[in-house]
Amino acid sequence: MNGQAPVVEMTNISISFPGVKALDGVSFRMFPGEVHSLLGENGAGKSTLIKALTGVYPIDSGPTDSGEILLAGNRVSFAGPAQAQGAGISTVYQEVNLLGNLSVAENIMLGREPRRFGGIDWRATRRRALELLRGLHLDIDPGSLLGSHSLAVQQLVAIARAIDVNAKVLILDEPTSSLDADEVAELFRVIRELKAEGVAILFVSHFLDQVYEISDRLTVLRNGKLVGEYRTAEILRLDLVQKMIGKELAILDALERRIVEPGGGEDDEVPLLSATALGRKGSIAPVDLRIYTGEVVGLAGLLGSGRTELARILSGIDRPDSGALRIDGTPHRFRTPRSALARGVAYSSENRRAEGIVEDLTVRDNIVLALQADRGWFHPISRKRRDELAVSYIQALNIRPANPDAIVRNLSGGNQQKVLLARWLAVAPRLLILDEPTRGIDVGAKAEIQKLVVNLAENGMSVLFISAELEEVLRLSSRIAIMRDRRLVADIVNDDLTVDSLLAIIADGELTAVAR
Amino acid sequence: MNLSRMFSSRLFWPVVMLLVLFIINLVAFPGFFSLEVKNGHLFGSLVDIARNGAPTLIIAVGMTLVIATRGIDLSVGAVCAIAGAVACSIILGSPEPGSIGTVAVAVIAALLIALVLGLWNGFLVAVLGIQPIIATLILMTAGRGAAMLITEGQILTVNSPPFKVIGSGFVLGVPVSVVIAAVIFAAAALLTRRTALGLLIESVGINPEASRQAGVRSRGLLVTVYTFSAFSAAIAGLILTSNQTAADANNTGLFIELDAILAVVIGGTSLAGGRYSLLGTLVGALVIQTLVTTVYTVGIPPIATMVFKAAVVTAVCLLQSPTTNAAFGRRRRSLGRGRPGTRTAERASVS
Repeated sequence: MNGQAPVVEMTNISISFPGVKALDGVSFRMFPGEVHSLLGENGAGKSTLIKALTGVYPIDSGPTDSGEILLAGNRVSFAGPAQAQGAGISTVYQEVNLLGNLSVAENIMLGREPRRFGGIDWRATRRRALELLRGLHLDIDPGSLLGSHSLAVQQLVAIARAIDVNAKVLILDEPTSSLDADEVAELFRVIRELKAEGVAILFVSHFLDQVYEISDRLTVLRNGKLVGEYRTAEILRLDLVQKMIGKELAILDALERRIVEPGGGEDDEVPLLSATALGRKGSIAPVDLRIYTGEVVGLAGLLGSGRTELARILSGIDRPDSGALRIDGTPHRFRTPRSALARGVAYSSENRRAEGIVEDLTVRDNIVLALQADRGWFHPISRKRRDELAVSYIQALNIRPANPDAIVRNLSGGNQQKVLLARWLAVAPRLLILDEPTRGIDVGAKAEIQKLVVNLAENGMSVLFISAELEEVLRLSSRIAIMRDRRLVADIVNDDLTVDSLLAIIADGELTAVAR
Repeated sequence: MNLSRMFSSRLFWPVVMLLVLFIINLVAFPGFFSLEVKNGHLFGSLVDIARNGAPTLIIAVGMTLVIATRGIDLSVGAVCAIAGAVACSIILGSPEPGSIGTVAVAVIAALLIALVLGLWNGFLVAVLGIQPIIATLILMTAGRGAAMLITEGQILTVNSPPFKVIGSGFVLGVPVSVVIAAVIFAAAALLTRRTALGLLIESVGINPEASRQAGVRSRGLLVTVYTFSAFSAAIAGLILTSNQTAADANNTGLFIELDAILAVVIGGTSLAGGRYSLLGTLVGALVIQTLVTTVYTVGIPPIATMVFKAAVVTAVCLLQSPTTNAAFGRRRRSLGRGRPGTRTAERASVS
């Protein structure tokens, strides 16, 4: 790609918001036919840079903003996303911005359906949609409802929609965060094909594996400033992470192998939680699981393997229809999350937005919510106590902004996750079930949350830790339970496990693969 | 309070609207703000607004809490009629319609029946999971029918001095209905903001599933707010009936649910649920009642009244729409690039 002219060249871009310099003299370029990763922690300026490129933040609008954008050598100035799209810059956002109750064809062609006699030419619409889907080797019926397909397919449909506008530049913002390994492979195949056709692809992801797998070059931002542009093949992963977080990896290193000793080795100890043949039709096959006081149990498996389903049954969100659940040896039936919370079992959902935070409330109210719900409305927590709780958790978890009155909607994903964690910690659960607590958040926050999990376990709290990142599960857990195809296939002590041995079990579902 | 904060406050436009209406009235009728004491009773245009607006305000307070949970209560008008019908038929059936005991029994019976009706609404919404608009539509239509059965299709005129006090009496010079409205308002404000009720209601209204997972008992909350809504509707119904000295199953509280919803919306509480402002509802109810008064003072012909009201309501809604706010936000943004449409952190609290 050297010798070629860049398709996108952004020079000295500065954009400010009140009190924040979101981008400070950042330059960025992309060549045709390359996959370029944009990396940085939350708040580094990735989104702002993308929004400047796609016309969401027109550069010329504010007196404090400056910079120049060249598209294929010509100076451009977009007044809005529609203009940018018209010029060949298409974006697929993290959350699929499509309409599940319309057909695939309608979604792809929405807003630019071929016209005929003043109406929509449905036949041409379907034909064009089919062509685009074929181009992505996606064999689905354009007439089918979008909502009936998996998230991965929906993501590909979103890409089909994006490339229909003869995209020169395709921006993929966290396209893989809700996809499993096969689906990611499918997406990457499509990315490679588009790349071969000369499309420049801007890839944003928190998964470094994927960044290394797919991208040719990468640009790192930190605190609104450019750190540098590198060839992916020439930068070591450790160096990259250091450039992203700007400090030594002391916290992460200290965490390595700092695993809490298994709490319940002896046969006579009563487990904090024990599930016997606990199952739910259409959800998971009967599961046997024990969790002892003060241990971190990892729960691994692919997306859709039943990890979340198991967690929801253990925490009273879904009701089991078979088996028994014991807390301290006493049988309990959790009919609601409330009854589970009363027994000290708290569940932090993987779906932070829909099931976790209460967006329009303040940080303070979000933190005290579960505690207050437990006390009942008639026994309000005093204003002083609420402030104390909020301030102490904001400090302990390093929540930014450090303002108890901030509306949670305005916080970054990582900080929202911390607020959610604070809510559960405030009720002092005995077993905390963390479902993907580090998904979609930056490296620094991730390390903080991992450190917290270790500290909690050292202080006697049990944690069931669910994550798609096996390194993380391995690093934190004293025992690892593995789910595959909605059944628990292994429950093994984590002494000499590796990512590869875990992968073998996840792939084969064989208990025999590793000695028990 | 700085200027931009004042602009972004949800109370800003409703208060401006109220002040504009006051000024229009003052121009048309210079004695608008004057208060005088006749026979130990307070009189004046403002007193009239407060007294006539009391039933709407009382219902709107209950409606605010219902709306905060993402719900709506269409049955309040019908509950007004039922409460009036029950009270009047008990008074009429009693040998001593003028005794305080009879009136007390009548009022308590009306309120108890309203509690049952509220529980019914709450049951439909919280337990059976019926959409609030449909669930309360049932009682909205069936309730008028029930009131007709209670009054046997008649307009029940009562002549009971103690009953008349509720709607047109005075305590310490202030109309009884205004005192009742103030008590209901203060009770609701204290009950929701001094306890955790307000927080839990808002939490359920913003994100029901997250609230459930946090252990919030939303069923109980929903039943509580619908019951409170019916209870306040019954009180408003008693005031209206007492004021007319007659129970009219067809017309008591007719369309009052719409005025109440309007008061809530003008007050800045979103129909989508979540954050609510009782103070806003108070301003909203005053705006609506002042409008009615303005029609008379300015001398707008009665046939144009509805159109005038509609125009004002449209104006308020336009001022509150996200698009208009974004336009205002843009102007501020060009000065300092604020994000349009973000809400201020402070709660429009009544405490």
